[in-house]
Amino acid sequence: MKIIVPLKQVPDLVEDLEVDGSGKALDTDDIKFKLNEYDDHALEEALLLKEEGAATEVVVMAIDGDETDKMLYTALAKGADKAIKLTGDTPHDTHQLAQAFANAAKTEGCDLILAGVQSVDDRDGQLGPVLATYLGLPCISAVAGVKVQGSSVLVNKEYAGGMVAEFEMDLPGVLGIQAARQTPRYAPVSKVRQVQDSMSLATGSTGDLGAGAGSEIASMAPPEKSGSATMLDSAGDLLEILKEKGVI
Amino acid sequence: MGDILVVTEHLKGDFQDITFEMLGKAKELAGATGGKCLALVFGDMKNKASELGAADAVIAVGTETEYNPESYAAAVKAAVEAKSPSLTLVGSTSMGMDIAAPVATALGLPVVGYCCGISNEGDGFSFVSQQYGGKMNVVTNVSGAAVALVLAGSFPAEAGQTSGSPAVEDLAVSAGNGKVRFKKLIEPQGSDVDITQSEILVAVGRGIGSKDDIELAENLAEALKADVACSRAVVDAGWLPKTRQVGKSGLKVKPKVYIALGISGAPEHLEGMKSASTIIAINTDKNAPIFDVAHYGINADLFEVCEEMLEELE
Repeated sequence: MKIIVPLKQVPDLVEDLEVDGSGKALDTDDIKFKLNEYDDHALEEALLLKEEGAATEVVVMAIDGDETDKMLYTALAKGADKAIKLTGDTPHDTHQLAQAFANAAKTEGCDLILAGVQSVDDRDGQLGPVLATYLGLPCISAVAGVKVQGSSVLVNKEYAGGMVAEFEMDLPGVLGIQAARQTPRYAPVSKVRQVQDSMSLATGSTGDLGAGAGSEIASMAPPEKSGSATMLDSAGDLLEILKEKGVI
Repeated sequence: MGDILVVTEHLKGDFQDITFEMLGKAKELAGATGGKCLALVFGDMKNKASELGAADAVIAVGTETEYNPESYAAAVKAAVEAKSPSLTLVGSTSMGMDIAAPVATALGLPVVGYCCGISNEGDGFSFVSQQYGGKMNVVTNVSGAAVALVLAGSFPAEAGQTSGSPAVEDLAVSAGNGKVRFKKLIEPQGSDVDITQSEILVAVGRGIGSKDDIELAENLAEALKADVACSRAVVDAGWLPKTRQVGKSGLKVKPKVYIALGISGAPEHLEGMKSASTIIAINTDKNAPIFDVAHYGINADLFEVCEEMLEELE
């Protein structure tokens, strides 16, 4: 069984985010990008499925951009078998991104696509369900736990309040991964360097990206601060509040 | 302008809060635009249509009652095609995520995610989406029909909680192609502590840094006779069990005092704790969204503050 994991980078939220001159986009000059954390979980789940013998091949793919090579080599260092860098027109929303991955997945062929359940910037819907729609495949989101059984998968889908529903889905299909069964592994820098010397990235095309989301961002701004929080200076001040509230 | 269609959400025979939050908003929007507020119900939930009195009419589809990503999406698509609503509201939830984008994409409609604000604007609607973990609000204006994913807790549920006897109309939908099959529900595991009952919670987030440092929060909790809770990131890292998780996919808590240590306050987390009576946040990021819901905040290193508190408490 062959698994494709589409990867994307998102702004690291540890950084201060600012809006650029257009008032419609982030100022990307000073922000750091990192792998979408849910994509990291999707990759981990794929690697676990391979290690337990349920999958034979894990292919990662990403759109060409800053730091894409490093992200793809890191995925190879973690155990992915093949990494594809997609060049061509650059997608500008989730629908176009999904179209690019759908084009590449058709060329590559696979039984299962594991996508991160969401990302911090998918304004026009989450990648997995849009990708599944373009490919005409079934999709289940918010999955934590995947078991392969022949030509189908048994998955745990998370609901609110800790409730979980078990579903069976015929393959091929798409899953939006909420969490892998274990913490995503770490690839040491030395291993990534070694992989950079010994393996190479495959290339593919983003292809025809289609019309996109059908909507544009009108404006972007940090939410208005409610200013409700009274800022304290010290642990002592905080203890005073706790005394006032009868905690201590 | 056309009607507003609310895709209801239910679990174990009960409509979920998000259903009433969306109904209240839909009723307001329909009132402003002259359309009707329609509620789409699934399977046997039709029998509880009287709880949906905020809707002008209930559309019932004969799917299985138990949620199924594939058949529910197919039913919603059929309902949108049949009723041509100007706006379809779907919960930004585990279930809604399976439905909104596939239906909108298949019908060529725009879909707007993470909506916390919706207003009518000319011939269409204006949406405010929470992005970048709550650090940016993004406005999308759509003229013409659209589908929106509504964040839980964005609109008051009370506005949609009206009983009544809305007209119920059955809508025939195809059974779908059966590629996804529901197997069973798995109840949450029991725990030594039920954090939904705790009066005081010391909650840790990614900022705690490592599993070993959880001990600091445990020590503080012990000194304050509190229980330890956490954000999703801490559970995913394997530092605390799922039974301690607060938020969208975890538990909703309402303690008297909630102390958030190193929790940035992503919308998914806020959903589970924003109704705590007193929220105290300690975070090194002065722009962390947690400070917008907190009553008290300290913009400092959580380790320093906690250690100082522990020293003084001794």
